[in-house]
Amino acid sequence: MAWDWQIFCKETTSGDIIEGCFGKGGDQTYLNWILSAWGWTLTVAFSALVVALVMGLLMGTLRTLPNSPWLVRLGNAWTELFRNIPLLVQIFLWYFVVPAVFPALKEVPSVVLVVLALGFFTSARVSEQVRSGIQALPRGQRYAAMAVGFTTPQTYRYVLLPMALRIVIPPLTSESMNIVKNSSVAFAVSIAELTFFARQSGEETSKPVEMYLAVTVLYAISAFAVNRVMGYIEKKSAVPGFVAAGGMGAGH
Amino acid sequence: MGNLDLSFFNWSVIGPFVWKGFIFSIWLTVVATIGGIILGTILALMRLSGKPWLALPATAYVNTMRSIPLVMVLLWFFLLIPFAIGRPLGAEMSAIITFIAFEAAYFSEIVRAGIQSIPRGQVHAGQAVGMTYGQNMRLVILPQAFRNMLPVFLTQTIILFQDTSLVYAIGAYDMLKGFETAGKNLGRPVEAYLLAAVVYFFMCLALSYAVRKLQEKIQIIR
Repeated sequence: MAWDWQIFCKETTSGDIIEGCFGKGGDQTYLNWILSAWGWTLTVAFSALVVALVMGLLMGTLRTLPNSPWLVRLGNAWTELFRNIPLLVQIFLWYFVVPAVFPALKEVPSVVLVVLALGFFTSARVSEQVRSGIQALPRGQRYAAMAVGFTTPQTYRYVLLPMALRIVIPPLTSESMNIVKNSSVAFAVSIAELTFFARQSGEETSKPVEMYLAVTVLYAISAFAVNRVMGYIEKKSAVPGFVAAGGMGAGH
Repeated sequence: MGNLDLSFFNWSVIGPFVWKGFIFSIWLTVVATIGGIILGTILALMRLSGKPWLALPATAYVNTMRSIPLVMVLLWFFLLIPFAIGRPLGAEMSAIITFIAFEAAYFSEIVRAGIQSIPRGQVHAGQAVGMTYGQNMRLVILPQAFRNMLPVFLTQTIILFQDTSLVYAIGAYDMLKGFETAGKNLGRPVEAYLLAAVVYFFMCLALSYAVRKLQEKIQIIR
């Protein structure tokens, strides 16, 4: 099988090889297209990560509250709901079912719906990590905070969360890498991200191997970059003398 | 609220459309779990063998699989398997091979952590009574490691079951596809997706509840 990397310099509609590989004016080469697809992958992944961290942190914390059984139940229900439905099915729910039930949402661009789907799906996993991070702290920490007269919000803000969040950085690292990989499921509702590009361009050019290889490398680079960023955050935020223990866990 | 009508879904729909896909989803989950654990254990033993010519390829394989989205792996295998064997292979068969190969990477990480969680003293005790490496693994380490790993294995299996829906990418006929086809044929796609979500939800919820019960039981024994 002979490689044909020049395929990336081709204009997508006319099929002409373009000098310098970047299309000018209204022209778009496959190189232009794959870079914009990479941009979509990163945009979807990053926005979903923000949603997942906000909701996951909130729900995970609610699940550990003392004396608030209904808030605990809310957090548990949220986590079970979004953890037990496959991501692809959740994307279909947001894309087909939610706008049918709430017609007002028909105007919302589909990429927003995918971000919400991916974000809420991941928030269930983040909530699990945050909850077990808080529960991993010695009980004395909470009692100490009560003993000095902290209210519950103060206890969480000044005593529990600062340590618990450091403990959960390693599992959150793998969740952040997962979100980059899971963003590939957005192809199913035609978001122009990398996997969508791979399928589409592979068919158009009859050179799927080159296209898949390029896309695979970009995914690997993205996941590695996320890993390094999180590693940096972990190092910078480490409390001297404390080592967060890793364990075995399931995941993708 | 829109106008949802779930009365369309009764056995006459589930029978022809959904049942076939349901069987495939379960079949894929079971085969990929068993195949993935076997291949994953081999990969883990290769990585822990201390011999670079065994450890390096296994490490490279696991890290490669773990850095690519499952959807891309499905597409790759669907593209390459026909090249390798010289004839086209159905989407279902291709999905089974892909899932075994992909899940093996994740199971191998679980097995590796499980083996490493066994205290060194156990290994030394086995060696002290004169066991070979193989005997030590088979009779001392792996039985204990597998028991520790059981809840994580099952959690991974739930994730695997959810991920079987991704065979959508290569057009294999699984449970989600079954619901989708039923919905299209009846002109009721919205209800079909909603019902699919409900079915997946209760299946996964029941499984994760069972895993939690098992975990409590194992923790007491320990």
